[in-house]
Parts: sequence; structure tokens; C-alpha cells
Amino acid sequence: MREITYVEALREAIRMAMEKDPSVFVIGEDIGVYGGAFGVTAGLIDQFGKDRIIDTPISEAGIAGACVGAALTGMRPIGEMQFSDFVVLAMEQLTLQAAKVRFMFGGKATVPMVMRLAGGSGTGAAAQHSESLEAWFVHVPGLKVVMPSSPAEAKGLLLASIYDDNPVLFFEHKLLYKTKGPVPEEWYTTPLGKSKVVREGKHLTVVATSIEVVRAQQAAEILSKEGIELEIIDPRTLRPLDMEPIVNSVMKTGKVLIVHEAVKMGGFGGEVAAQIAESRAFGYLDAPIRRLAGLDMPIPYNRNLEAHAVPQVENIVDEARNLVKGVY
Amino acid sequence: MVNSQAEGLIGGVFTREKALDLIDTMLLVRSFEENAEEMFSLGKVHGTMHLSIGQEGVAVGTASALRPRHDYLLNVHRGHGHFLAWGGDVNRMMAEFTGKETGYCRGRGGSMHIADVEANNLGAQGIVGGNMPISVGVGLSIKAHQTDQVALCIFGDGASNEGAFHESLNMASIWKLPVIYLCENNAYGMSMSIKKAINVPHISDRASAYGIPGVTVDGNDVVEVYKAMKLAEEYTRSGNGPYLVEAETYRWKGHSKSDKQAYRTRDEVKEWMSKEPIQRFAKVIGMGEEEVEQRRLTAREKIKKAVEFAESSPEPAVKDILEGVYA
Repeated sequence: MREITYVEALREAIRMAMEKDPSVFVIGEDIGVYGGAFGVTAGLIDQFGKDRIIDTPISEAGIAGACVGAALTGMRPIGEMQFSDFVVLAMEQLTLQAAKVRFMFGGKATVPMVMRLAGGSGTGAAAQHSESLEAWFVHVPGLKVVMPSSPAEAKGLLLASIYDDNPVLFFEHKLLYKTKGPVPEEWYTTPLGKSKVVREGKHLTVVATSIEVVRAQQAAEILSKEGIELEIIDPRTLRPLDMEPIVNSVMKTGKVLIVHEAVKMGGFGGEVAAQIAESRAFGYLDAPIRRLAGLDMPIPYNRNLEAHAVPQVENIVDEARNLVKGVY
Repeated sequence: MVNSQAEGLIGGVFTREKALDLIDTMLLVRSFEENAEEMFSLGKVHGTMHLSIGQEGVAVGTASALRPRHDYLLNVHRGHGHFLAWGGDVNRMMAEFTGKETGYCRGRGGSMHIADVEANNLGAQGIVGGNMPISVGVGLSIKAHQTDQVALCIFGDGASNEGAFHESLNMASIWKLPVIYLCENNAYGMSMSIKKAINVPHISDRASAYGIPGVTVDGNDVVEVYKAMKLAEEYTRSGNGPYLVEAETYRWKGHSKSDKQAYRTRDEVKEWMSKEPIQRFAKVIGMGEEEVEQRRLTAREKIKKAVEFAESSPEPAVKDILEGVYA
């Protein structure tokens, strides 16, 4: 199968949806001639014109609200938050409007919109351009939260998100944009609300999201040489969350490590840990549930500190080894 | 060009000594930015940066009309020039730019978040318009403390379309807060031309909606910037409330490191380069090309020393990584 980057996969999904369906359009900052801060929409304005690739002034609340209004009236907008951090300026429209309109209207309206957000650290963009904010949205009923970790899933999940009738927060990771992988050329969707077993193993279950899925796979290769086999599960959709493969895996391995880049306190990992503890897997645990996550701090500018602020491959290797060897 | 106006003052406003100081600061800003770009291309710094080459006139004209370190500064993301014009130390600034412990923010903030709290410099902004609501609070604080300070809140043309702009100017106006709003209109919010982003001729036109004065000046003319800011300063410092100054200038370089600049023409850039603020001011003060170049070399020497200072400074220690999160 041909290999393309995560950015190209996202662009392909947008292009396919827009070619097929005139109700799909993109709205955001610098997405036209500039092609998006990370190049996701590069060239699309040439194909679809400025009425469907809509460059906005710097007005995040306006972008989000425009998506809500268009979605309520028959369109399928794709909004872009240039850096996921900027979503804080659009919170009201996303959490009080997009998330609640359908319920408040007695289920009689739908808000089929996608908000794409470029998140994560590792580019030296410092504290206001490097956050991982997905947990905030996981806390909001009415929203769906998606985090693709590979090019193939970026395409499949984005197409599924565009055609979902609910507002979807679609978190991309800046360091994943240039990663390459096999991506089918045809139209396909990857279902929302389905966790995926990325790698099978018997010693330890690792639940990881976004770029930490990639790092966990690298850690698994290293540990495999020591005879430690990780079973890696990528929830892909954080809300709704498919716990079944996670519970089954924990019943098999008896140990679980949850890894995400976002700050540990109040993070998504706490929810996964709690749901494992509440599940039939509880009795099968033979070690404490552990989380490996971002340090309790904003992302620092200095390159070395920045790398230390979030889990790297070697941190996963150490933590996984400790869990398997019964250190905890 | 005027060389000998009222009482022998340059442009009618500056002593020769002051004028030399201003041209030296502009040259220092220019050298800092050129060096920053070079360091970036050599891979000596990571992350991103926003260069203010071509906009030096706004920075020095503004700071020279206020009382830097006494007044408050709320800086913009493209703020290296304002930082230096506010009296920032180039060594500690370079150290911050390179992420060193000796930097103004101990390497934690970087170019986009550089602050000098001791100098009432409340930092550059990573969020477009993010400093505007904060300026309201600073204005309230100045009133509460009954000092004669003003707050200078700098933002770009792009920020004028954020909701924060409206809320802040309205509140500052109804409470007559001592805040000068300086819109540094460099023609583009990243790739968005201001001509496409607003439907009025000038951002300063919006001042009337808040019942406050609003003016537009040539931001590449240091004398004009100074005069406009001086009027704003007198108005604001004497308790009349906020004032909006729009300084029109031009961003020579891309928005940040990854900008291919497909949204504008070379001719447009060239045209603005012919309105370059340093050469223009040199003419006003009657300084020949040779002397400008001499002074440019002096500025570059300072930058070279700053780089040496930064490069010989220690990295932040990983064991201290959590320091500063809480008081």
C-alpha cells in the first residue's frame, strides 16, 4: 500500500468529503493561500475556492460559532483551531452551544461539525502553543473527542467525524504531522467509539493516546528484546470511550499502564483507571494501575526541559519494566 | 525633511542626544532580529519567533514618548523591538531567546513570552489579543494605587478582530482607565491582509464606537509616532481615559519561521522597504550613510557579545523543572 504522511491523509479526507458533498466546507485562520499553519489545507483553495475554504480574521469564537450555525442549518463544517490552545477562545460556542443545542431542543436539531485542533508539545512553541487539552472536552456530554495516532486513522477517523451528526473535537498532534504510514487510497471510515488493539502482548496492557501510541510501540520493540511483551491499546475516540478491549486485555495481563502527553492530574488517564477499577477486570489486577503523563506544569520553552515535561520512549520503557517486574 | 525646527529640536521634538539614542536603539533591534533569524537557520534555537524587521520605528517612537519602567508595558508577540526600547538588557534577552537559565524568564518562556516584571514589562503575548483584557486590570490597579502611571497595551491588526478587543476598549472607556492602546498595524495577521479582515479604512475608526480618541499615524516615521504617542500620553496620564493609536507599518519577514509568503507580492514588500524607518530617521537628523553604518557595527558588536553571554550561560537544570508553577 502507498505510504503518505498524517498531513496528507488529513488533506485527502477533507478533499474526498468536499468533492462528494457540497455541504462540507472548511473555515479557519490562514487555511487558504497559506495552506494552514501545518499545511493540512495546502492547495485546497485552488480546487474549491474561497467560498468553501474560508479564511477568517483572527476570531476563534467566530469560527466555532460559524460552524455551529452552519451545522444547525444543513452544512457539515470543518473548523480549524490553528493551535489547539486557541480553543480556549472558542469554549463557549463549543461547550455551551455545540454540545448542548441538540439536547436542549429535545433532540430535534443536529450539529454535525468537526473542529480540528493542532495540539501537543515538542516544537519549542512554549506554554501557550503546546498544550494537550482533550480532557476538558471529554468532560462535556454532547461532544465527541477523537485523537488519531497514525496516518491511516487520521483519514478514516476524520471522514467518520465529518459524517457523524454530533460535534466532534478532532485532536491532531503536531509531531505526528510528518509521520508516514500506509493509507488506503479509497474512501473509508474508521468508526468512532471503537478502541483498537495496536499490538498484542501478554505481560502488560498499555493504554496510550495520540503520539504516545507511537512512543509505546517503540518502547514495546525495546522491551520485546528483554522478553517483555506489551499489549498496546489505542482508544482513538476518547468520548465515547470503548472500554471493552481494555477490560479484556487487563483481564489477560493483570497489569495496566496508561500513557498520555496531557498533564496527569485531571487527565484522561484518570477516567480510564477509574473505569478499569469499576469493571470486572478489577479482580484480575495483580499490580496497581499506573499512569504515565505530562508533568504537573505548563510546557517550558527550553528544549531539554520541554522533552522532560512529557513521557518519552525511555520513560515508557522504564515504567513498563518496573510494572512487569513487580516494583509497585 | 526638517533639521532645525522649534528651538533647534530635531523634528521639533528631539534633542540631538535623544535622536542618537533612538537611532542606536533601532539599529540594535534590527541587529537583534537579523541575528535571531541567522541563529534560527543555523539550528541554534528551536521553536518559533516573530521578527519585527521594518517595524523598529513604532517601538522606539512609542517608548520614547512614555516613561519606560515606570509605566506598564503589555507587549505583543512580535515584541523584541518594544522589549529593547523599554530598556531591556540585550544579554538577558538573548539568553531567554536561547532558553538559558540567565534569560529574563530563566529559559522557560522564550521569545514569545519574554517579560521583565521588575521593569513593569508584563510580557509578550502568545495569544493574539490576550493582553487586552489584562490591560483593563492594570488600568484599574493604577487607579486604585492613585499613581501617575499609564499602561501601554500593544497589539497587532489581527487582534482588533478578537472579541477581547471590543470588551477591553469598552471597559477601559466606561471606567476612564489610563491605558494607551497601540495597534501596530503591519498589514497582515499571519497571512490575512488587514484589507480583507476589516471593512472600515482604519482600525482607529473603531475608537468612536467607544467614545475615545483614535488616530492613525505613519509607523515608519519615528517623529510622527512620538508626537501621536505624546498626545495620547498627555490625554491618558491626566485622567481622561484610554486612547487608541494605530501605527501603520509593515512586516518585512514572514509571520514566523514556516511562512512561504504566498499571500503577498515581492513588489509590495519592496515598496514598503523603501519606507524603511531607520534610513528615514537618519535623514531627519542629518546623519550620513557612513555614520549609520558605523553605528550599525556598534550595534552588531553588542549583539555578538550578547550571543557570547547566552552561549556561555548554563542550561536550566532538569531537577528544577517544576519550579515556578506555583508561588
